Amino acid sequence: MKLAEAFENRPLLIAYICAGDPTPESTPEIVELLAKAGADVVELGLPHSDPIADGPVIQAAAQRAIEAGMNTDVYFEMASRVGADIPLVFMGYYNMIYQRGLDKFAKDCAKSGITGLIVPDLPPVEAGPLREACRKADVDLIYLVAPNTSAERVPYVAESSSGFLYLVARSGVTGARAEVLSSTKALIERVKTDLPKAVGFGISTPEQAAEVIRAGADAAIVGSACVDLISRGDIDGLEELIRGMKAAILKARPVEVTARI
Amino acid sequence: MMKITETSNTRFGRYGGQFVPETLMQPLKELAEAYGRLKEDPEFRRELSGLLTDYAGRPTPLYLARSLSRELGRKVYLKREDLVHGGAHKLNNVLGQALVAKEMGKTRLIAETGAGQHGVAAAMVGANLGLETEIYMGEVDIERQKMNVYRMELLGAKVIPVRSGSRTLKDAINEAMRDWAGSYENTHYLMGTVAGAHPYPLMVRELQSVIGTEAREQILKAEGKLPDSVAACVGGGSNAMGIFSGFLADDTKLIAVEAGGRGTSHDDKIADHGACLNLGKEGVLHGAMTKILQDPYGQILESYSVAAGLDYPGVGPELAHLAEVGRVTPAIADDETALEGFRRLSVLEGIIPALESSHAVGYALNNPRALGEVSIINLSGRGDKDLTTVMEFEGRCGR
Repeated sequence: MKLAEAFENRPLLIAYICAGDPTPESTPEIVELLAKAGADVVELGLPHSDPIADGPVIQAAAQRAIEAGMNTDVYFEMASRVGADIPLVFMGYYNMIYQRGLDKFAKDCAKSGITGLIVPDLPPVEAGPLREACRKADVDLIYLVAPNTSAERVPYVAESSSGFLYLVARSGVTGARAEVLSSTKALIERVKTDLPKAVGFGISTPEQAAEVIRAGADAAIVGSACVDLISRGDIDGLEELIRGMKAAILKARPVEVTARI
Repeated sequence: MMKITETSNTRFGRYGGQFVPETLMQPLKELAEAYGRLKEDPEFRRELSGLLTDYAGRPTPLYLARSLSRELGRKVYLKREDLVHGGAHKLNNVLGQALVAKEMGKTRLIAETGAGQHGVAAAMVGANLGLETEIYMGEVDIERQKMNVYRMELLGAKVIPVRSGSRTLKDAINEAMRDWAGSYENTHYLMGTVAGAHPYPLMVRELQSVIGTEAREQILKAEGKLPDSVAACVGGGSNAMGIFSGFLADDTKLIAVEAGGRGTSHDDKIADHGACLNLGKEGVLHGAMTKILQDPYGQILESYSVAAGLDYPGVGPELAHLAEVGRVTPAIADDETALEGFRRLSVLEGIIPALESSHAVGYALNNPRALGEVSIINLSGRGDKDLTTVMEFEGRCGR
C-alpha cells in the first residue's frame, strides 16, 4: 500500500522498530503484530553503526541487530516477507544507501514492499541524487522539519518531501520524553503544507500521541517506546501500547476520510 | 600548477557537504555566518592574534634538526607545534572557535577528544574565557590517556565517558553531535579537526593555517627558497591541513602520513589501521562525504593506531579531495615505524615527539629520498602524554 492511500483515513499511528532486533527472523512477525494492534504504517529502521540522530534506546537496538547478523541484504529479504497490508517505510542513514548504490537501493525498496524512505542525516540540499533515484523507482522520500527550521526554510523542505512531512517534535535525539512541548504544537501550527504532517521524537504514551493529533497532526510516530519494549521481550506490552495509542488518537480526532487528490 | 576547485562553498570537489539531521542545519548556518563575519573583523583578529601570541606562545620556531639532517643526508626542519601551550597544535583552533562562540553569546563549550590533546586545549580555553566546558571521550581512550583526563578535570572541565559503539574518538564525535542537536541554543560544538559538516573543515583549516603561514615565512628566511617537501601526520588532518595550507599554491610536495597500525588488513568490524586516504572508500561520516573505513554495507569500522589521535576511521574532506587530485601524497607509517621515530628523535634531537607526530618522523627515517633536499616535518605535539603507552608497547614487544 502506498502512503497516499494510507493517509486517506486520518489520523494515523506510525510505529518505528529497529529491523533485526532481537533477530532478523523475528522482524516480520513483529510488524504483523503492530499492524494487527492498530499501526497504520511501520517504519523499519536499518541499523547503522553510527546513528547520530538516535538516543540510547535505538543505538543499543542497532548494535544488537548488527551483532545478530543484520545487514542491507537481510533487511530487504526480511521486508519482503512481511505479510501485513500496510505501507512500510525505510528509516536509516545515508551511508548505508550510498554504499548499495542509490538506484539499486530505491529499486530494492520498491521490490520488497517499502514505499517510502526517511533518511535523518540527509537534508534536502544533499538529497538531489537520491530524490531522482526514488522518483524513478516510484517510492516516496520523506523529509524532516525541526523546531528550529526557519520560517523561510519550511516551504523549501516541505516542497521537496513526498508521502508525508516528518515534524521533529523537539531538538535533540530520539527517545522518550516526559511531556509534549508547547513548541511542538507551535511547529504543527506554523508548518503549512498540503502533505500530511506526522509528528515524532519523544512521543511514547497514548496521551502524548493524542495531544499532537489534537494540535493538528495527521499522524503520531512512536519509536523508542516500541524498541524499548521489544528489547525487554515484552511483546504483550508492545501490543497494548499500540492499541492504547491508536484508541487515544482516534478519540482525539475521529477518522476523517480525505478524498484522494 | 594543479588547480584546486571548490564546486560549491560547502564542498571540496566531491567531498564535504552537510550530511546532518535537520536540527543541526540552523546551528551550522549560524556558525558559518558568524565565523565568516568575524574572520574579517579587525577587532576579532586582533584579539585572536593577541591570544595566539601571549597565551599560546606563537610564533613557534622552525628548527633545523642538525643530527636528524646528518642521519638522513638532507636538511630537515621541524615546525615546533609541540611548543604551543598545552603541548600541541590543537590550541590554535580552539582559541579561534572559542572566541567565535563567545561572540555568538554561547555560554557552554562541548568537544570530543581522542588522545585528549584537543580536550585539554578546550578545557584550557574554557577556563581562560570563563565558558562551561564538557568533553566527550570514549571509555577506551579514557583508560589509555588517564593523565589528560586528570588535566582536563584540573582545568575545570567535565569529562563525559562515552560507552557506545567502539568507545573511541568516532563515538565521542557522535555523542557530541547528539548533545549539540539538543543544546545549540547556548552551546558551541568545538570540533577539534578538519572533519565534520561545513563550516568545520574550512574553519578549522583556516584557524590552523597559522602553522603554514609561519613555516613558509620561516623557511624562506632560513633557506631563501621553498622546501621540497612538507610532511605531517594525518588522523582527521588538522595539523596537516594547517601546515599544508601555507604551501598549497607552491610546488612543494605535501606528504600526509597516516597510521598504518598493525597492518593494512581488516576484519568485519575492526581495521588494523587508520589509513583512510590510502585504504578508505568514499562515504559519509560525521556530516561529510569523505574517505572512510567501512564494510561493504556502509557500517563504519573501528580503526586502530598506537597513537590515539590518529585512531579515527575518517579523514577531513579537503584532504580526501587534495589526495584525489594528486596535490597531497598519502603515505603510511605503522606502529613500529612510529615508535622508531619516537625513540630516534628523542635521542638525536632531545625532543620527545607525540606518538602522532612520530608517524611523520618515522616515515622520514624510512623514506629519506621521498623528502627531497630540504624538508619540513610538522611536529604537531610533544610526547609526554605518551610515555605510559610507549612503556606498555615496549613491554608487550619484549624489549
